[in-house]
Amino acid sequence: MKYKAVIGLEMHCELKSNSKVFSSAKNGYSTIPNEFVRPLDMAFPGTLPVVNKKCVKDALKMSIALGCTQPEYMYFDRKNYYYPDLPKGYQITQMACPVGVNGKIDIECDGKTIPVYIHDIHLEEDAASLDHYFNTSCIDYNRSGVPLLELVTEPCFSSASEAVAFLETMRSIYQFCDVSEGDTKKGQIRCDVNVSIMEETDQEYGTRVEIKNVNSFGGVYDAINYEIKRQSELKSLGRYEEVEQETRRWDEESQTTIHMRSKVDAIDYKYFVEPNIPKYKITKEWLEEIKKEIPELPLECKHKYMEKYGLSDYDASVIIKDKSYVDYYEKCLSLNMDAKQASNWLTTQILGKINHEELSLNDFFLTPERLKQITDAIENKLISSKQAKEIFMKSCEEKKEPKEYITSENAQMNDESKLNEIIASIMERSAVQIEQYKNGKTNLFDYFVGQVMKETKGKANPVVTKEIITQYLNEEIKK
Amino acid sequence: MTYLEKSIEQIHEALINGSVTSESLIKESIEKSKLIQEKCNAFVTILEDAKPKEVTENLLSGIPFGVKDNYSTKGILSTGSSNTLKDYVPFFTATCVQNLENAGAIMVNKTAMDEFGMGGTGTTAHTGTIKNPWDTTRMCAGSSSGSAAAVASGVYPYALGSDTGDSIRKPAAYCGIVGYKPTYGMISRYGLFPFASSLDHCGVLTRSVKDAAIVVDVMKGKDPRDMTSWDSSNIHLKDATEKPLQAKKVCYIKELCDIKNYENPKEELIKHLENFHQTLNILKNMGVTVEEVSVDETLLQASASVYVVLSCAEATSNLSNLTGIIFGPRGKGNTWEEMMMDHRTKGFSPLIKRRFVIGSYVLQKENQERYFKNAARVRRLLVDTWKKLFENYDAVVLPVGTGPAKPLKEDKDMIGKIDEKVQALDEHLQIGNFGGFPSITIPNGFIGNLPVGINITGNCYQDELVLNLAYHLENEMPYKGQTSEVSK
Repeated sequence: MKYKAVIGLEMHCELKSNSKVFSSAKNGYSTIPNEFVRPLDMAFPGTLPVVNKKCVKDALKMSIALGCTQPEYMYFDRKNYYYPDLPKGYQITQMACPVGVNGKIDIECDGKTIPVYIHDIHLEEDAASLDHYFNTSCIDYNRSGVPLLELVTEPCFSSASEAVAFLETMRSIYQFCDVSEGDTKKGQIRCDVNVSIMEETDQEYGTRVEIKNVNSFGGVYDAINYEIKRQSELKSLGRYEEVEQETRRWDEESQTTIHMRSKVDAIDYKYFVEPNIPKYKITKEWLEEIKKEIPELPLECKHKYMEKYGLSDYDASVIIKDKSYVDYYEKCLSLNMDAKQASNWLTTQILGKINHEELSLNDFFLTPERLKQITDAIENKLISSKQAKEIFMKSCEEKKEPKEYITSENAQMNDESKLNEIIASIMERSAVQIEQYKNGKTNLFDYFVGQVMKETKGKANPVVTKEIITQYLNEEIKK
Repeated sequence: MTYLEKSIEQIHEALINGSVTSESLIKESIEKSKLIQEKCNAFVTILEDAKPKEVTENLLSGIPFGVKDNYSTKGILSTGSSNTLKDYVPFFTATCVQNLENAGAIMVNKTAMDEFGMGGTGTTAHTGTIKNPWDTTRMCAGSSSGSAAAVASGVYPYALGSDTGDSIRKPAAYCGIVGYKPTYGMISRYGLFPFASSLDHCGVLTRSVKDAAIVVDVMKGKDPRDMTSWDSSNIHLKDATEKPLQAKKVCYIKELCDIKNYENPKEELIKHLENFHQTLNILKNMGVTVEEVSVDETLLQASASVYVVLSCAEATSNLSNLTGIIFGPRGKGNTWEEMMMDHRTKGFSPLIKRRFVIGSYVLQKENQERYFKNAARVRRLLVDTWKKLFENYDAVVLPVGTGPAKPLKEDKDMIGKIDEKVQALDEHLQIGNFGGFPSITIPNGFIGNLPVGINITGNCYQDELVLNLAYHLENEMPYKGQTSEVSK
């Protein structure tokens, strides 16, 4: 790339809660329009906001987790503008005194650790959602009043990958702290992106272009790259003055950004303090209490897994991608399972299975306790690893305890003398094959292993079996 | 004298001993409503199918009352006297109205008002001008104009009002009755159509202080649906009125009450202030120390502008929900902007539109510091000045307005030459809203055939003290329980 890109993000994330942030309607996802609506959510005259304390708590939790400074008092502002999805004609948000300012968090991208500076994080309410048809639009108020946490970064990213790495990290932090599901498919995370470019040697930022309402991480990646390319091309052609300070939107279909409004048309939101919500003192004691509820964050977990349990960077990264994976893994560790073995099971068999069948690990039948039945059996040499995989699949499908499949009947055959006997009798009746083997057809080795397995119905310990067969054949060659 | 012109306690006694029934009270109240509607145009809706209720130990049970049309009432048209809500029938009832209904009180009408409470004349209701029952060529003041006219005419012993600047206490004075707004947050605002949330108070208009105490005792209480409401369960207003006089010392403000301070005062202003000082003498005779204090005149004169800036700013935001999309008549247009604009252009009176323009202007980024934030600072200065007075005095006692009800042709909201001194006297009740102070107006005489009033304002949470003083003063004057001539 010829120019240096400067990127800032605004990330809106829906919070998890029983009720909405200022009304008692359920905060939930529904395909039925207007199912979760109370009078305030449609701004009927005389309704008043009542703050959901859980949402304030979760917002403070994130403020602390991101190393922000918390204010002494909690209060809200009105952001006034007219739009059909905004029933009150204003949004209750935090402008003057956000729940957190001046935070910092490290993220990892392409093997490098990058510091990300948080300008502020604030609690607000979501708008209703609009569905546009040929000549009508429908308003669904289910989303009206859903708690949103908006996070604004400083312009501290230099590439689309860094921006997306940050969003992914943030999503897992939200999940780890149990404040949001962070599901982009349900529209729970939405982003605005600021992009400008400059010469490597420039001291001042270039002209900033804002791209609004990018609804997927892939979209963020593509929108940033598109915008860098668009601005760079103009700059290369000596037409940089055509890059205007403006708001654009990402058009998924054409994979381009499209002009929405110029800076001169910027809306004056006429902010002022929301008078219906009294100022609320945030005590030190409360903050301490909240702090205690913050779990180990993803990167902390990752480093612990690598350093303490010797997992590879890749495996540790896979596990920390989702809070449910970490919960599963931590449970395995607490059951004294071997750290590496547990990691192998999780990152290969288990994630393979749940991703294939689109299951959630939280509802997965084969809990860590059940997995332990299998790994114990392997350790005690009751079953082979091949059998273990079969038992894993059967247990998942038939929803039965794995131990039911680990019986004496299908226990692994480890007894060397018994295996010796079986192999000896096979060799006796396989003179032809032994001769061929001796003449160089060494792939017949597998034939002998196969015969043993057939004889033992797969229960023979394959390692021991192979050792004994090797011995026999070596002796035959010497003859 | 009919039962409806008596006090709540007297009506209750009559109901208990069977000399009157709830049914006949309601029937009479509805008949009287129709009469007053003809003469004063005081109502938006008369509830002809209002049903009597069982008479219980509760003083309000079985007795009719009126509700200002900016209270949300389930299943009953609630317009805020605005064309934007001319057919709006809510599906929930305001908390304080519900509290009264739960006590067995019976709503018989919804009273007309200045559109959404914005106005002090009673001339901006979508149903037309509301006239003063003492003289129908005069205004009731506003915005609780219909409630004041109805109570003064003896339609029932009380009606609900709301007060953002003086909207209960000014019309009470013009109609010769009692108007009380308690400390901010004592009565839940849930279900009250907002005008300026930080200044809006619910309250009541009655013909006696004790009736006001009885009604607010029932209306008040912490409401989980209004975060600014607070627990007042240890405050008993009626009991407070029955106690011996509690107040020791009150003050009045020289700059507002000294006739020498006014250049070429009108005859009615001279009489009004003379009458005020006579009432002060009554207070002195009761054993209350009455002292004159001085307050910076510039500060007093700033009050009216502060009120305009703050109330218009909050109003323009509060009424942004009126777009005709969810409720109210749907506007015409090809885009949503056109639809909203059509609804609002047709729906609001010119006065309100003017206020929206002011409100938007003072909130604009480039103007906020100069207007909105400075107004908030002066609000704080005024409140601090009053709080300082309350350190030495139990209450501030002042005349209400500059005289009796003004002729309807002198609409105060018309722009004209303003005498700032007279305006300061006319508008000082707003300070009660700035500070959320408990404040009550009671009648204290007549100028010609028209009643005038006096106001008593105390510190926050001192409602008992304020009502106790008002009650004892009222007893020393002959205006308690008076009704206008129009109904006779």
